[in-house]
Amino acid sequence: MKIAIASGKGGTGKTTLSTNLASYLSENNKVVLCDLDVEEPNSALFLKTEIIHQEKKYKGIPEWNKNTCTLCGNCQEVCNYHAVIQLGDTIMVFPELCHSCYACSDLCPTNSLPMINNETGTLTHFKTNTFDFVESRLKIGEEQAVPLIKQTLKYIDNNFSDEFHKIYDSPPGTSCPVIESTKNADFVILITEPTPFGFNDVKIAIETMKALNKNFGIVINRYGVGNDDVINYCKKNNIPVLAKIPNKKEIAELYSKGELLWNKIPEVKTELENIKNFIFSNIKN
Amino acid sequence: MKIAFTTKGTEWESKIDSRFGRANYFVFYDEDTQELSSINNKDNENDAHGAGPKAAQILFNNKAQVLITGNGPGGNASTILEKIGVVCYIEAQEITIKEAYNLFKEGKLKKFY
Ligand code: SF4
Ligand code: SF4
Repeated sequence: MKIAIASGKGGTGKTTLSTNLASYLSENNKVVLCDLDVEEPNSALFLKTEIIHQEKKYKGIPEWNKNTCTLCGNCQEVCNYHAVIQLGDTIMVFPELCHSCYACSDLCPTNSLPMINNETGTLTHFKTNTFDFVESRLKIGEEQAVPLIKQTLKYIDNNFSDEFHKIYDSPPGTSCPVIESTKNADFVILITEPTPFGFNDVKIAIETMKALNKNFGIVINRYGVGNDDVINYCKKNNIPVLAKIPNKKEIAELYSKGELLWNKIPEVKTELENIKNFIFSNIKN
Repeated sequence: MKIAFTTKGTEWESKIDSRFGRANYFVFYDEDTQELSSINNKDNENDAHGAGPKAAQILFNNKAQVLITGNGPGGNASTILEKIGVVCYIEAQEITIKEAYNLFKEGKLKKFY
């Protein structure tokens, strides 16, 4: 089963939920946790890990060959991202904007834009005591998260059979990287805080999930702060609220020490159990 | 000399748009012919990616030598503008094209590069 954990914005407890759920499920299941928040992967901070494999990832970028180019302008016409631009008798390529779609390269009549490999980031495969953990980290300056996310998903598919429960810690927001991270998930958990800001962001995230036709549910983090707007909204719209993680001092303390919660705080374990039961009974095909 | 402005409208009295790539319009003033012309950039406004380089290309195609804008172009656009030798002035905020042009003439705008 593939479970993606997402949120409308950062800092709502996405990583806390991902790491704790992975650890909790790994008691009785084969689990791999994958941190797809490639701009700022931080799950590793909460896990005791050992690196078992590391590889650099690349994407193809067109490289202009001045000598054969006839300056026909096709390349800049076909690029949807303005990543290749013609300026008089020069063609300029902007690697950070390029989506590696090959269009310019394939449609160049004189083969003057061959695709060359550029490093985009590093994928690391770790082991913890009870489960596997994979993270990818975007190279500094690289703007396109999607190619690296795709490659990371592929790594998971190639290395872990369907016996594994796959948990994807998705990037925050509602743009291309999130969509890429959640599109193949069987279930998406949206985590939010019961505050006006949280409410605002989760509404947008809910619309995104609906548009993607996803099976999803809400987890409320720091339950007890703010108000009941999120819960009432979910009730009214028939959106399941899977769990409410209480706002407790102990939780904040363990979090700041980079420790897992569920094995030390019984209420958290109960909430994770609720999440598990809901998802497992919901996705039994 | 031909001067480009990032703007919200097409007249001398129109306001400067502080954004570069996603500006509503580019207005060009040709000091030699004293002509004011403009290009609608609203299409570019909705581009998720690459609005900067696209805008820099518009300046290139219109042979602008100076750019007057607000926040200043981003990295990719700046690469192009520097390469084609456009001199860029920033911090023209909340004023009209006319006012920005006068400040430029008086040497009171901040030079970006
Ligand atoms: S499509 Fe090929 S030949 Fe045409 S301008 Fe681009 S690089 Fe040159
Ligand atoms: S590969 Fe695609 S995105 Fe990259 S420059 Fe060519 S057309 Fe643009």
